[in-house]
Amino acid sequence: MRSAAGPIVTAVLGDATGRIVVGLLVAAAVAVPVLNLMVPAGSPLHVPPYVVALIGKYLTFALLALSVDLIWGFAGILSLGHGAFFALGGYAMGMHLMRQIGTRGVYGNAELPDFMVFLNWKELPWYWYGFDAFPFAALMVVLVPGVLALVFGWFAFRSRVTGVYLSIITQAMTFALMLAFFRNDMGFGGNNGLTDFKDILGFNLQAGGTRAVLFAASALAVAGAYALCRVIVASRLGRVLLAVRDAEGRVRFLGYRVEYYKLFVFVVSAMLAGIAGALYVPQVGIINPGEFAPANSIEIIIWVAVGGRGSLHGAILGAILVNFAKTYLTGAIPEIWLFALGGLFVAVTLFLPKGIVGTVPAFKFGGAGGGWRWRRLVPARGRSEERP
Amino acid sequence: MFDFLRSFVAVLLLALGLAGIPVVAAADAVTDGLAGLADRSFSRKVEAVAQLGASGDQRAETILNALLDGRLYVRNADSAVVIGEERGKAFLVADPTAGAEAAEAAIADFTKITVNNRMRGAIRGALGALTLFSADAGTRAAAADAVFKTPTADMLPLLDKALARETDNGVKRRMERAWAAVAAVGAGETAERLAAIETLGSFADPDVRSLLGGLAVGNGEVAQAAGLTLRRIDESLVLWGAVGNVFQGVSLGSVLLLAAVGLAITFGVMGVINMAHGELVMLGAYTTFVVQEAFRAHLPGAFDMSLFVAVPAAFLVSGLVGIALERGVIRFLYGRPLETLLATWGISLILQQLVRSVFGPTNREVGSPSWMSGAYETASGLVLTYNRIAIIVFSLMVIGVIALILRKTSLGLSMRAVTQNRRMAGAMGIRTGRVDALTFGLGSGIAGVAGVALSQIDNVSPNLGQSYIIDSFMVVVFGGVGNLWGTLVGAFSLGIVNKFLEPYAGAVLGKIFVLIAIILFIQKRPRGLFAPKGRAVEA
Repeated sequence: MRSAAGPIVTAVLGDATGRIVVGLLVAAAVAVPVLNLMVPAGSPLHVPPYVVALIGKYLTFALLALSVDLIWGFAGILSLGHGAFFALGGYAMGMHLMRQIGTRGVYGNAELPDFMVFLNWKELPWYWYGFDAFPFAALMVVLVPGVLALVFGWFAFRSRVTGVYLSIITQAMTFALMLAFFRNDMGFGGNNGLTDFKDILGFNLQAGGTRAVLFAASALAVAGAYALCRVIVASRLGRVLLAVRDAEGRVRFLGYRVEYYKLFVFVVSAMLAGIAGALYVPQVGIINPGEFAPANSIEIIIWVAVGGRGSLHGAILGAILVNFAKTYLTGAIPEIWLFALGGLFVAVTLFLPKGIVGTVPAFKFGGAGGGWRWRRLVPARGRSEERP
Repeated sequence: MFDFLRSFVAVLLLALGLAGIPVVAAADAVTDGLAGLADRSFSRKVEAVAQLGASGDQRAETILNALLDGRLYVRNADSAVVIGEERGKAFLVADPTAGAEAAEAAIADFTKITVNNRMRGAIRGALGALTLFSADAGTRAAAADAVFKTPTADMLPLLDKALARETDNGVKRRMERAWAAVAAVGAGETAERLAAIETLGSFADPDVRSLLGGLAVGNGEVAQAAGLTLRRIDESLVLWGAVGNVFQGVSLGSVLLLAAVGLAITFGVMGVINMAHGELVMLGAYTTFVVQEAFRAHLPGAFDMSLFVAVPAAFLVSGLVGIALERGVIRFLYGRPLETLLATWGISLILQQLVRSVFGPTNREVGSPSWMSGAYETASGLVLTYNRIAIIVFSLMVIGVIALILRKTSLGLSMRAVTQNRRMAGAMGIRTGRVDALTFGLGSGIAGVAGVALSQIDNVSPNLGQSYIIDSFMVVVFGGVGNLWGTLVGAFSLGIVNKFLEPYAGAVLGKIFVLIAIILFIQKRPRGLFAPKGRAVEA
């Protein structure tokens, strides 16, 4: 069958890396729910519900890491505000889930969410209209982060704000959003955020079946996003982006409109982050302004850096490994987690600039989008370059 | 010498006159009032209480307090009023007017003076008026303000008396304000009230404003005059409000300046993004805490001097940590700003957790020396606290010293040479590595000094640095990288804009507006307000 899907399938599944990553994710999407629901609790093969929730959360983080790797690893845009897009997607989903509560809230008000009744609001603010319908909310999950990225990126890339300056203003963006969402009169629940969700599309959020489906959706979303990123990276556009990453000025002089390339990939990345947030919220059951904290956004960067900047499967791996370490350490020895995280930042930048994927031979699968590209196209940078 | 003696005697006489004459004049009022208290009728007693209150006599205070506590008795034989006290089985009586020694007496010969609720109210009012004559200036000022808040016509003679005796200018001014308020509200001649309103007009503070607002209701000459004065006060209040905002803004700006000026060196001059800068500030604040603890333990008398020790100590601590950072981590990352950013962020996490482990997660108490507490208050209600003023002055001194170091010392010359052309500077024999370390140490040390200043106005907690890091970056980016002058202008303009937006938008929204404005500003001028020109741009 030689259709338009042909090259896409080749781009994604044409090499070992793609086959392994997509295969693993699809296998997880099927196996974990089956092992959770079908296998009796006593069996050694049984996956307990809390593990499903935990890995589901890691997978949404992996999706977020993918979105950051797409712009940082392949276009050289270091966004320190990607948590904002994640949180916006999460809020869009959270608003839909709030509307689904209906009269089951503490105040039993059919018109208003609990926190609005509590704050003495008389009617629903206009920006809450439409969130009763799932398709609208799903659209907003990608549209809101996408539009914000479009506007922000358009301003930033058009006036050639690059490098560290861009990083700092993206950080300022998420900081400003955090301050705004902490305000009660914004109508997003203020400090407490949105929580106490009951069900999604009519299914109880606490039920094992719903959770298993959410898990499978997360795994498939990561696989889909991985495929999308692979396609983008392997395309001609992806090649231009790589060139922009390595020598932006040169690409511009060759006649490319650098800002449009960057804008495109920035918006796609923001939308992926939004989807990650939307999958994250129903699984953890809360979204609050803390998600906008600049520290969260920087943590995403370390996932990507640990896994290996510029390799898509590295980002997935990094997100899962670092978060696993976080869960383990914060549970076992809480004081040590920040030392470990801080040390990780230092160690990775000093000793593992290519991340795990670029350093540990077992992960060097080779092929397009793998470690190979990273090694070939990134020259060692001397002191003279990029020094302001 | 004789001149001095003569003037001394004159002052003495004057003081005696001021203090003595009213006492003599009031003696009658006190005895009269006492006699009235012996009466059986409550209305007569209330009159007597008012009389005592109006006497403005120190002794009246003692008498009224005794009455309130139920310690005032009448001798059955001659209706003389005495202060009695039961001590064990004995009963001591004293003459309240003479202040003589208490003598023992038989309690059966005396009747306690009874007090009802109406009298209690009257006694409290009279005591309030009497505090106008208290020996303590603060109490007198508070009493004058209390009279101003609830002006009643019968206070007028009392205020006249108090004004005549008052020697403290500040208290006198408060009393004048109270007097004008009483006269303006009172039922006197229209001309008198108009004059009083005119006087009130010279006190442009919010309280007078609301008082006049009450008077301006309705028609008539008085209301009209009050309305006019009100408008004049409003104008001057707007002006003073603006002055206050500018002060607040400059104060915030000086804090930002202190936090950002070290960053201007490490980021601006060296091009190193140091996300751990806030933690170096925090280390400075904790150094202050440690120094103060040492002073409290060993030299409690010299506590006021602790900050003078804390400044160099904080400079050393943060500077050394900075040098260690540069030699240990940052030097391997030159030319890779994004990696530097990540590595220093990691270091900031480690430093935060380290301080949290050592000092605990809660706020630490850092004291202010006595010369920094208190405030300068203008008549218009503008409060300039001394610690804010000290920080403004201190921040300007710091930036002056840095400018001197950069321009006049050989280290500064090497720094500028290495910044402009590293290879050439190296070829000229400058040890670039050493200069890098020292420059970074200087910037970090300044951060520590900023921590000393911040410890005076903010909570000393492990998160102290976090709250300033984004603002400091904004200042540096806004002012233009590599430019001390830009940092200065950037810090003060951000501070002032922030404070002017606050009344309209609230603190949080104001901050959001400023952030958005800066994001937009960077679009227009990506290299900041004072952008480098020529070759330096692409370097």
